[in-house]
Amino acid sequence: MKYLHYPGCSLQSTGRGYKESLTAVFDALDVPIEELRDWNCCGATVYMSIDEHRAFALAARNLALAEQQVNGNGGGEATHLVAPCSACYLALTKARRYVDEYSDVKHKIASALDSADLPFPGQVEVRHPLDIFCHDIGLPAITARVRRPLTELRVACYYGCQIIRPYADFDDQYNPTSMDRLLQALGAETVDWPLKTRCCGGSLTGTVEEVGLRLNYILLKEAIRNGANAIATACPLCQFNLECFQDRISRRFEEQLNLPVVYFTQLMGVGFGLSERELGLKRLFVPLKLDRPETREVAHAVT
Amino acid sequence: MNNGGITRTIKYEGELDHMFADKIASVPGNERLYNCIQCGTCSGTCPLSIYMDYTPRRIIAMTRAGFRDEVLRSFTIWLCASCYSCTAECPKEIRITDIMYALKRCAIQEGVHRRRFPIPILAREFFRLVFRQGRNSEGRLLLRLYLKSNPFLMLKNAILGLRLFGKGRISMRRESIENRQQLKVLLDAVNESDFRESFTAGRQT
Repeated sequence: MKYLHYPGCSLQSTGRGYKESLTAVFDALDVPIEELRDWNCCGATVYMSIDEHRAFALAARNLALAEQQVNGNGGGEATHLVAPCSACYLALTKARRYVDEYSDVKHKIASALDSADLPFPGQVEVRHPLDIFCHDIGLPAITARVRRPLTELRVACYYGCQIIRPYADFDDQYNPTSMDRLLQALGAETVDWPLKTRCCGGSLTGTVEEVGLRLNYILLKEAIRNGANAIATACPLCQFNLECFQDRISRRFEEQLNLPVVYFTQLMGVGFGLSERELGLKRLFVPLKLDRPETREVAHAVT
Repeated sequence: MNNGGITRTIKYEGELDHMFADKIASVPGNERLYNCIQCGTCSGTCPLSIYMDYTPRRIIAMTRAGFRDEVLRSFTIWLCASCYSCTAECPKEIRITDIMYALKRCAIQEGVHRRRFPIPILAREFFRLVFRQGRNSEGRLLLRLYLKSNPFLMLKNAILGLRLFGKGRISMRRESIENRQQLKVLLDAVNESDFRESFTAGRQT
């Protein structure tokens, strides 16, 4: 089995910390993963508003490239395309689903791939890193790698919308717990809060700001009310909205907010004792303040 | 006709587009449009329904009844952020998010959305960038969005942009794939002409 990393466009810019920390964490766990060569946009949310079949074709090219990269010279190695961004994860899984469910979509996509000299990617699986950490690598192995337990953190795990709904089957879509369990395995406490899958509004902060700001204000406020001292996200857009608009939200709602919003992979990296630089933590607007920033070796029981 | 500001508040049957519902329902994923029992679970679960001119439940009812112009001109379809809450909660398993997507595409193809309304502009600019380069360049996308919708927003967001730039989180570099030719062949081979023609054919004058 081979993991290929599909970073997607956001992880090249606003979400760079996600890509950096994800790569660092896979390295720290000694799990090989290489980047998908020449990947293109997944055909996410707004693309789907213009042309659905071309959105599926964009997703299909990525899957086909994955097939080529792993099994280009024959062989039949299982290929898992790892998509950390929620929008990418959804776009890729949705394309898979629609190609399987609708024969005319399948026919159209297969013939388009054929004319571009690409194989039909029958076997490539789309996976989310949360799924891989919890189910492939396993929480005991994660705990065994901990060098600096995250004991001072009370984290609100924010799953957002598109990783769990509507196609994923690695977690419960009403009350997902994979990120909670993962961060608990790193020694952090996670808070129970009701908005873990409520939408952040996506690109609304950039288009209809008033609406976007309020959605994010509600999320931040509810996390704080439940005792969180950090939010962990799995999506570059959620992270961007919740973090980069915090000063604007503070002004708009006349309430000083200062809550770090980090990728769950960054917290994993901190738990593994990796450096701030490796994890992209210096890119944060609201710094993650840790009581004991220094790395130290701590014996930690494997549960 | 000017009647001193007095307008009729209901439509006659003959003014509705009776083909509209069938066209929307014919899009893959939208088949269950007719199964809606108007329970309103979608509107209740939608985090954005309080900002919408018609709630999702009403959009479904209006689509089925043929209120094509009202539906396509609504803010609702553009406020939908595709969070899939309604799709996950619908007791009749209607993929409401996909219906919203079909309505957005229909509105764009017919050019009936409000001018300078930023959400469809964002969608279109995103599409263009990706169509040509294969990837989105976030900095460039935002620049185009603000230029075409509201240049004032660019000034308003300049400080945020500079802070992101300082953190290495945004640039004006043009992101691109290497094999653009392959992508072009692929995308040219896919055309949604059937879908498009069916919409145009049913257009009422």
